[in-house]
Amino acid sequence: MTAALTAAEPFLRWDWVEDHTDDIRSAFTEHLQLTAIAVAVGFGLALAMALVAIRWRWTYGPLAGACGVLYSVPSLALFGLLVPVLGLGLVTAEVALIGYTLLILLRNIVAGLDGVEPAVREAADGMGYEGWRRLLRIDLPLAAPTILAGLRIATVTTVGLVTVTALVGEGGFGDLINDGLGRNFSTPIVVGTVLSVALAVALDVVFVVLERLISPWLRAGGGGAGRG
Amino acid sequence: MTVDTAATGVPTDAGPDNDIAIRLDGLTKRFPGTPRPAVTGLDLVIPTGELVALVGPSGCGKTTTLKMINRLIEPTEGTVWVGGTDVRSVPAHELRRGIGYVIQQAGLFPHRKVADNIATVPRLLGWDKARIRARVDELADLLGLDRGLLGRYPSALSGGQQQRVGVARALAADPPVLLMDEPYSAVDPIVRARLQDELLHLQRAVRKTIVLVTHDIDEAIKLADRIVVLNVGGLLEQAGPPEELLRAPVNDFVADFMGDDRGIKRLSLLTVDDVALSDGPVVQSTATAGEARAVATAHAVDWVGVRNSDRLLGWAPVDDLPRDAATIEGVALKPFRSAVRGGTTLKATLDLIVTSQTRIAVVLDDDDVYRGALTIDDLAEGLT
Repeated sequence: MTAALTAAEPFLRWDWVEDHTDDIRSAFTEHLQLTAIAVAVGFGLALAMALVAIRWRWTYGPLAGACGVLYSVPSLALFGLLVPVLGLGLVTAEVALIGYTLLILLRNIVAGLDGVEPAVREAADGMGYEGWRRLLRIDLPLAAPTILAGLRIATVTTVGLVTVTALVGEGGFGDLINDGLGRNFSTPIVVGTVLSVALAVALDVVFVVLERLISPWLRAGGGGAGRG
Repeated sequence: MTVDTAATGVPTDAGPDNDIAIRLDGLTKRFPGTPRPAVTGLDLVIPTGELVALVGPSGCGKTTTLKMINRLIEPTEGTVWVGGTDVRSVPAHELRRGIGYVIQQAGLFPHRKVADNIATVPRLLGWDKARIRARVDELADLLGLDRGLLGRYPSALSGGQQQRVGVARALAADPPVLLMDEPYSAVDPIVRARLQDELLHLQRAVRKTIVLVTHDIDEAIKLADRIVVLNVGGLLEQAGPPEELLRAPVNDFVADFMGDDRGIKRLSLLTVDDVALSDGPVVQSTATAGEARAVATAHAVDWVGVRNSDRLLGWAPVDDLPRDAATIEGVALKPFRSAVRGGTTLKATLDLIVTSQTRIAVVLDDDDVYRGALTIDDLAEGLT
């Protein structure tokens, strides 16, 4: 598409950026919201599915299979299927975005819970934890690093996908890119792309920090003198 | 199969009373899809304050039996009574908070510091913070855990330390009953021996009713007040004190399981107080050399011990003695290097006998008074 741009036009026009800081700021907010909603709702659904899959093992195959099918549908085709039913707008965008998070989240939650040592689980039962309390205090905290790793991948993937949901009218930085493509004008394309990548990298770093904070016991010898 | 509970030395008709901590009535467990039960009609009475070891080959249902006590496994038939209460009459999680549980490899919560691991059950029971903190410190001291370890994560601890924390965690709410499932099988032999000694020491201090599952018969002999030998399918073969099982196994299965060195093992359970002492080839220092020679000849040895009233002075080779008519006073005596006191095991005594020049162990009381002598023949006599 750069080939189509006129040679006289500079790649990035800072005056346009200065004139459109409000648009860029609202694109950023929208992008973050679309991502946050998709990952949060996706996590809730995936957690529910994971608990079902852990409780009734035979359901894991079908659940993971269904999420896998969702994951493999090309995003354009998915919009094609959703728009006639849900119309253009937030719901369509989120349904698509949520759908893409499910496989990664489900697999990591189940892997995390499966990774809890049987001896630890047996000890927890033997100490007198009820099922739900064991899940909250023992299983989930121990699975948290694996679950966070899934959230990290899902979030970064979703940040990228949000640019595509501009096609159904909800795109964050994708709207800027769409605008640039429509007008054969490179500056919004560059701004949208760079900021989208920057957001993905920033969120990735946030999750790396979060992973470290949430699992102090994984760093060898950890603990120090304090008592918790 | 129903085994008379009198095998455990406790009357069958004793109702729920304070002397019985745990009682299994006709306990049977069938796992779905298995041809024979894992545990078959097991009756057992475990007296309060005793350490009972469940032993047997793999598949004998010892762990299944243990886990039916705290309902980690629910029996197919039969009843478990703990402290006079049918365990099914209380919710499983409440029951378990009142029963200590120690498992192989400790099973500590890796995401919780040692202090928080120990505080697990008190927190579940809703104790206040000050009480929990005091209890954690008390247990650290009781188990010989440096308080500096309390703020560490379990992964920073050695296997032996982790196992001590596991025991501290199980004892935290001071439960009357402690269940231990192969607690020492994951640590090396030196640490294991030390942990076993510590458990014996701890048990003298806290007097819990302990049910210990182990595949290690030597561990059971060392630790248990009573051993329960189970056969494949959870069939009770024999139950009784270790000494009794070693001395009088009821059948070949128990005899095999106790080992082909049962006599040697009994030597480590019995002490010099359990056998009859002989006078030994010992004469008073006022005796004549002729009398001394006669005593040595009667015992078929070439030396003679000399005592002055009730003190043992030493011994001399017969060749060093003067002519028959003379007294032996003044003969140069060698000290006995194989003197033992009350409480010494026969195993340690045997070691002294076979390594001493005189092939005898002399037994003294705490005031050095000569009580008698032991030879290999005397030990053999004591074992039969």
